[in-house]
Amino acid sequence: MSLVSSQTNAKRRRFLTETARTICGVSLLGLGLGFYTKNASSLATTSLRPPGALTEDDFLAACVRCGLCVRDCPYDILKLADIVDRAATGTPYFEARKIPCEMCEDIPCVKACPTNALDKSLTDIDDARMGLAVLIDQESCLNFQGLRCDVCHRICPLINSAITLEPQHNIRTNKHALFIPVVHSDKCTGCGKCERACVLDEAAIKVLPVALAKGELGRHYRLGWKEKEKAGQSLVTPDAKHEYNLPDGLKYDHAGKGLGKD
Amino acid sequence: MNTPTPDIQQNDSLERSWLQRHKWLLLRRLTQLLVFSLFLIGPLAGIWIIKGNLSSSLTLDILPLSDPFIAVQSLFAGQYLSTVIITGAIIVSLFYLLVGGRVYCSWLCPINIATDSASWLRKKLNIKSSSLFPRNTRYWLLTVTFVMALITGTLSWELINPVSLVQRGIINGLLISGLILLVIFLFDLLISRDAWCGHICPVGAFYSLFGRMGVIRISAYQRNKCDNCMDCFLVCPEEQVIHPALHGEKHNASPLILNLNCTNCGRCIDVCDKQVFKFTSRFNHSTISNEYQNQESSQ
Repeated sequence: MSLVSSQTNAKRRRFLTETARTICGVSLLGLGLGFYTKNASSLATTSLRPPGALTEDDFLAACVRCGLCVRDCPYDILKLADIVDRAATGTPYFEARKIPCEMCEDIPCVKACPTNALDKSLTDIDDARMGLAVLIDQESCLNFQGLRCDVCHRICPLINSAITLEPQHNIRTNKHALFIPVVHSDKCTGCGKCERACVLDEAAIKVLPVALAKGELGRHYRLGWKEKEKAGQSLVTPDAKHEYNLPDGLKYDHAGKGLGKD
Repeated sequence: MNTPTPDIQQNDSLERSWLQRHKWLLLRRLTQLLVFSLFLIGPLAGIWIIKGNLSSSLTLDILPLSDPFIAVQSLFAGQYLSTVIITGAIIVSLFYLLVGGRVYCSWLCPINIATDSASWLRKKLNIKSSSLFPRNTRYWLLTVTFVMALITGTLSWELINPVSLVQRGIINGLLISGLILLVIFLFDLLISRDAWCGHICPVGAFYSLFGRMGVIRISAYQRNKCDNCMDCFLVCPEEQVIHPALHGEKHNASPLILNLNCTNCGRCIDVCDKQVFKFTSRFNHSTISNEYQNQESSQ
């Protein structure tokens, strides 16, 4: 009897040790996985998501890594990330400098997505926000030197709307103009054509994740002239006309010359 | 998968041909090859029968199929599932409920080829290290994958899931992902016996849960012929599943192998010279000796 009970005790002890060891091992793996997930969940700034992609966190939770968007991309622009690539394993991405999005009007990649990771409510490709182009290096940009490169402006699918050329005085020659390429965030789809086309060895204009490229005004902040435009009139009570008690022959111009003769 | 009725040989010592001894193995390899060919024939030859990969796919532009394991992880990560994914996951789930959950492992998963080969080579090379992991490690790990999805709010496990990596590596041509197959092969061969598929893999653990209702099962219907040669135990990747059915006669237990972790690979049927095993349904509890009795009683 005592032999049997000591046997069951030994069995029980072994079971408990084994279970404890498994739980510890598996928990450690979970912990490591957690750290790795935190690390792997940030998209490299050189990688862009397909049009209609949710914000990165939601995208990573929704995308099942099936590659249907990659298969339906007619220009083979999208690819699935291998372990060593600069996007979370198995997720679709493209690199603007290598091969930019062609902005198909029927957006086949979004249609192909079986999940909500690529938002089906995107029906006009011009509304896509894959990133935002930023003329990040003004020191190297040829247009900033007063040359007429204009390539990023010319190649832009939304020319004169997403990228415009704004003339400025050229103080170096003092007689020419600089044509400064300016990106408009309300129009730029982040397709990456400008970055691809930039003639420099390293592009001066780059498509960055919108969150990185775009500043945001404090919510409480109001621009006086815009508020005035909205209201249609000055927002402060106009000054009462001031009466100056001056000697004859003198006048006072408040917002101009100041004190003067009549 | 139809269930063939093996000829009951009167003469047990009759030699079976190599083909007969490898029938189910070859059928499985053909299935694996066929499925992956169907996926690859699109990108390689432009013939699009199935698009996507095992995570989610579209067959003939109409039939959606999705991995229910990833869908459940996505739910834990706090995502609403799309109708396509729900439909696809339900179709796949119903299929595995019918054929047995771990049919995914032995008839589809490419890692199975590596681990089966490792197991075979182990015997050839006489490598005799035992397993470092208890069999239930996979269920703990399965729990971890769900907990991590919940905590991180993302498909945490899918970042490193070797099953996803390898199948995607093959179908989408990602070399480094595909190399995981080699890592698992070497681990199973040199470090721990049947480690990945038999002890660790949470994907297999997930699919095993469908096995509770799986209709197609293996039956040791001629267990009275068993001469304890141990061939089936040696070849089985989950040898613990065989004993209750094979040696259950004295407890009046069913000859059906009902353990969730039986992968329906059919290797026991292949290797058994006494033809003890066959594929049948989970409702067929009869053994050959009963059948004779039934015939006698009906006469």
